[in-house]
Amino acid sequence: MAAALLRLDGVCKRFGGLLALDHVSFTAEKGRITALIGPNGAGKTTLFAIISGFVRPSQGSVFYASADITSEPPHARARRGIARTFQLVQPFAELTVQDNIAVGAYLTRPARADASAAAADIARLVGLGSLLDRLPRTLTVSALKRLELARALAIEPRLLLLDEILAGLNPSEIRDIVPIIHDIRDRGITIVLIEHVMQAVMSLAEQVLVLAEGRIIACGPPRTVASDPEVVQAYFGRNTAARMLAQGDPL
Amino acid sequence: MRAIAPVLLVIALLACVPVVTASNLVLNFLVTTLLLALLGQAWNVLGGYGGQYSFGHAAFFGTGAYVSAILQVRFGMNAWLAFGIGIAAGAFVGAVIGALCFRSGLRGSYFALVTLAFAEVLRIIASVAPITGAGVGTLIPLDLRPEAFQFQSRAPFYWIMLAVVAVSLVLVRLLEKSRFGAWLVAVRENEDAASALGIDAFRIKLAAMTISAAIAAAAGGFYAQYFLFVDAGIAYGPRVSVEALLAAIIGGLATVFGPLLGAIAIKTLGELTKLIAGDAPGLDLVVYGAMLIMVVAFAPRGIAGLLTELRDRFGRGVAPVPA
Repeated sequence: MAAALLRLDGVCKRFGGLLALDHVSFTAEKGRITALIGPNGAGKTTLFAIISGFVRPSQGSVFYASADITSEPPHARARRGIARTFQLVQPFAELTVQDNIAVGAYLTRPARADASAAAADIARLVGLGSLLDRLPRTLTVSALKRLELARALAIEPRLLLLDEILAGLNPSEIRDIVPIIHDIRDRGITIVLIEHVMQAVMSLAEQVLVLAEGRIIACGPPRTVASDPEVVQAYFGRNTAARMLAQGDPL
Repeated sequence: MRAIAPVLLVIALLACVPVVTASNLVLNFLVTTLLLALLGQAWNVLGGYGGQYSFGHAAFFGTGAYVSAILQVRFGMNAWLAFGIGIAAGAFVGAVIGALCFRSGLRGSYFALVTLAFAEVLRIIASVAPITGAGVGTLIPLDLRPEAFQFQSRAPFYWIMLAVVAVSLVLVRLLEKSRFGAWLVAVRENEDAASALGIDAFRIKLAAMTISAAIAAAAGGFYAQYFLFVDAGIAYGPRVSVEALLAAIIGGLATVFGPLLGAIAIKTLGELTKLIAGDAPGLDLVVYGAMLIMVVAFAPRGIAGLLTELRDRFGRGVAPVPA
């Protein structure tokens, strides 16, 4: 079994009276793709915000490469090698595609020429090679998602958190981007992704975690999880779930 | 070198002015314009590149002016040394105010209001504290020797002022091309996205504010040395803060030459107003306000942006430049 790069231990998050995350514990293993799925409002994005440092957990700890990073701010975690994309894309509006990516590349390359060259390389890797001089407002949704991915890759992460990188894309755009994610994994980068596109989760993930109402209700390889009665029920409600399982028709 | 070539060209042209004319009126106009250009450049570093709109740059300008004047008058310090310490003191005030504001997460109009409040507090202290000369102000005794940072004619002053403006232009040009500049712009555009990329937004903003304050303090020190008089209203008054941001915004935010262009436009219009309407107090501020509205409405990228647009529209027709 591979070593754990990321480990969450009993993480809780309370927003006033709402318990958004309830004792969440899991590990993401080095060099593998872990998918985090669950119905809307399950707490997936909150969990990502806790891993990347934008939100402090009310309770519990986050370990990265066996160091306790629970109280570190986002920029310190990024410097350790944790990169994230945002569900709603957050490009630097006044900067070109290349300059957007270079902001990340500067982290490991102080010289402008090096950062720009690295940015161009990464742009090509994600299929933005022909759009280097474009401003974000002139890009399609698909290109903006790729820009998010490129910028995150530019800091040379060891752990990449992808928050719904495929949402809003059409099937052919999804087919184009899935091999890129595989390619990133093959470079040895550990990936944790939130995704609603189940077809992509099935083809990408080696481990799937199902979050519902702030708790992890299932964990395992994609096929096993998809036919788990509790998971089907969380998504479709008790009655539909019973009917579907009776028909032998998992997700 | 290629990055700073336009800066050197502009400065070389401006340096020739005293050779052409010895008119005190012209040189006086140019010195005050350069003073404003320097102050505007200070504001541009923090407001233009960093997106932190300060309404209190008088706090730094005034500290530079007062510290260099007081050290000379009350402690008999050499004027050049006092000028240097004034810059350091201004930078220190910038760092303290910046640390307090940014640590408390103040952004946008809250940041603007709190910086205004700091400048006003300093103005009130300066108008009552004995060391600043309170309401009377501080007068630097006449001592027309270069060692005392005072000159017989206006030309040397003009050249020194020009050299400092040149340094500020080169500095901003280098900032644009540096990692620090890229990170500062990233923080301006989106602080969360920037910190997700490993950028310590607090430190970047604090550094920008300290640099900005140092430049503003240099402008203040020059003011004291040129007019040989400082009082609370001149040094810490809101007029300084307003002129700083006007020069930067009218000239073009986050451009190297914006503050210089803005200063020229503002001072020219100010002088014309005086010429036409006489010395009605506050009338130039009315004109500045009208100008600001025009720029915001019709040329949001300022004069520098307007020039780039004109060059793109007409320049390409004449001689197409490969992109």
